[in-house]
Amino acid sequence: MSNLLRPYDFEFFRNGVIVATIAGALCGMIGVFVVLKGMSYIGHGLSHAIFGGYAASALLGVNFILGAGTWGIASALMIGGVTRRKLIGADAAIGVITTASFALGLALFAVFGRRGRSFDSALFGSILGVGIEDVVAISLVTLAVAAIIFFGYRRLLFTTFDPEVADASGVSTARVEALLMVMLAASILATMQILGVTLIAATLVIPPTIARMLTNSFSRMLLISTVIGAVTGFVGMNLSYHLDVQSGPTIVLVGASMFAIVFVVTGARGRMRANAFDTHTV
Amino acid sequence: MTEASSALRSTTAPLLALAGVTCAYGNTAVLTDVDLEIEEGQFTGIVGPSGSGKTTALRALLGAVQPVRGSVLRRPDVRIGYVPQVETVNWNFPVTVGECVLMARTTGRRLPWRSASERGEVRDILDRLGIADLTNRHIRELSGGQQQRVFIARAMLGRPDVLLMDEPTSGVDVSTRHEILHLLEDLHHDGLSIVLTTHDLNGLAAHLPHLVCLNNTVIGAGRPIDVLTVDVLERTYGARMEVLEHAGMPVVLDHPHHRPTASGQVVPIRRTGT
Repeated sequence: MSNLLRPYDFEFFRNGVIVATIAGALCGMIGVFVVLKGMSYIGHGLSHAIFGGYAASALLGVNFILGAGTWGIASALMIGGVTRRKLIGADAAIGVITTASFALGLALFAVFGRRGRSFDSALFGSILGVGIEDVVAISLVTLAVAAIIFFGYRRLLFTTFDPEVADASGVSTARVEALLMVMLAASILATMQILGVTLIAATLVIPPTIARMLTNSFSRMLLISTVIGAVTGFVGMNLSYHLDVQSGPTIVLVGASMFAIVFVVTGARGRMRANAFDTHTV
Repeated sequence: MTEASSALRSTTAPLLALAGVTCAYGNTAVLTDVDLEIEEGQFTGIVGPSGSGKTTALRALLGAVQPVRGSVLRRPDVRIGYVPQVETVNWNFPVTVGECVLMARTTGRRLPWRSASERGEVRDILDRLGIADLTNRHIRELSGGQQQRVFIARAMLGRPDVLLMDEPTSGVDVSTRHEILHLLEDLHHDGLSIVLTTHDLNGLAAHLPHLVCLNNTVIGAGRPIDVLTVDVLERTYGARMEVLEHAGMPVVLDHPHHRPTASGQVVPIRRTGT
């Protein structure tokens, strides 16, 4: 028992566990909308896009949150706009915007060298750099996202389920979708340090997919996904210390294991629920 | 002049109207110079072939499509309910009947859960539509008729003056079609104005009090017996059809298929076999 609690002697670990748990809950919560809108790829792409802003802010000496945040929100709104207007193939547009941004980040690091926060931790996550400011930042983002989802619940649900009718019923779906993209960008930004660019998408997708296998109700899916995300972050963080593996991969592997268990336990019923999230067939 | 939506001034004016409306997707005009009025208490069906602009006309009335020319007119404060085509619904979406109906209530209460009065309101509507015992069921677990009723219930929660329905009987069996038709007749009898699109000339359109035949523009409008004629149908569908009368209602039949002989003569195809 004392062996399990030993890492809690370190402040960085205590901060890391808090951040990982809150980050998991946040990603689980926002991930429900990402998955139900068939935007899993956007989540993945956006985390890569933010990496460009991360590199640029590190090299220019600009505050990380400000630099990468501005970059991420701009990318998110651009992706949202392209997807909404269907100007060109959405997947192709997302691929171009996000991979170009990621490549730019890599190129900047290659040309000017690596400065500021660790390059590897940006890609794969690390708890070593987690300080109290990260705890405050992710708590504020999570509170803001939770408040927006709580008070905008019906509009968000209507827009996610049936955007055309929602729009015709007086819901400003363009605004709601832009808000979703901003929340997504803010969530990715806040969790990037602990989870890493390459693995954030998994934490956005795995908890809602597990939750979908367990329920047919939207409100319950939102709650279950948030709880699963938090549990995954907490357990993954503790395992990460004891296994001496980076936090990002461990958290994702814990989530993947939970998915496998629920997949087997719920059987055909669970698989049918989670099957084809975005299928418009009777 | 392009004016997406403006209010009609007169109280005796139609609930909704399209005045010289042209709608286009890119450079392709889907509707051209369409005039259509929906009066209070009217029960209208819009028929026409695929791609004739039926759904676009409905979406223009709804305000979901902006015309490139002409005006969409609405009586001040008119409340519109919209029931989408079931094929466009994501039936895998995790939503129960109760959640589906209540999501349309986006004004007023901000909290996610239902208030006592909202619970009563939803129960009353579901009860009226005969699906009160299905509140906690997932939408995919329902029959075709029940699914249609859920979306009617969602539209009814806004207490609409007019209900716009896109292909309400698409893909349903005869029994469900009767069920939906009777339900719509009841709602119409209670004072609700209804506009629907349909491909089903005999099973649905012929039973309605008023029809509009559309093929890019309005070909004909009036009672089914007056509109479902050989001439109007040929101009609407671009194919020759035969029209019989049964119990005072028109019955539309496909013209028998023909094939040319070697000499170029056209003879009817006959089925062979025992």
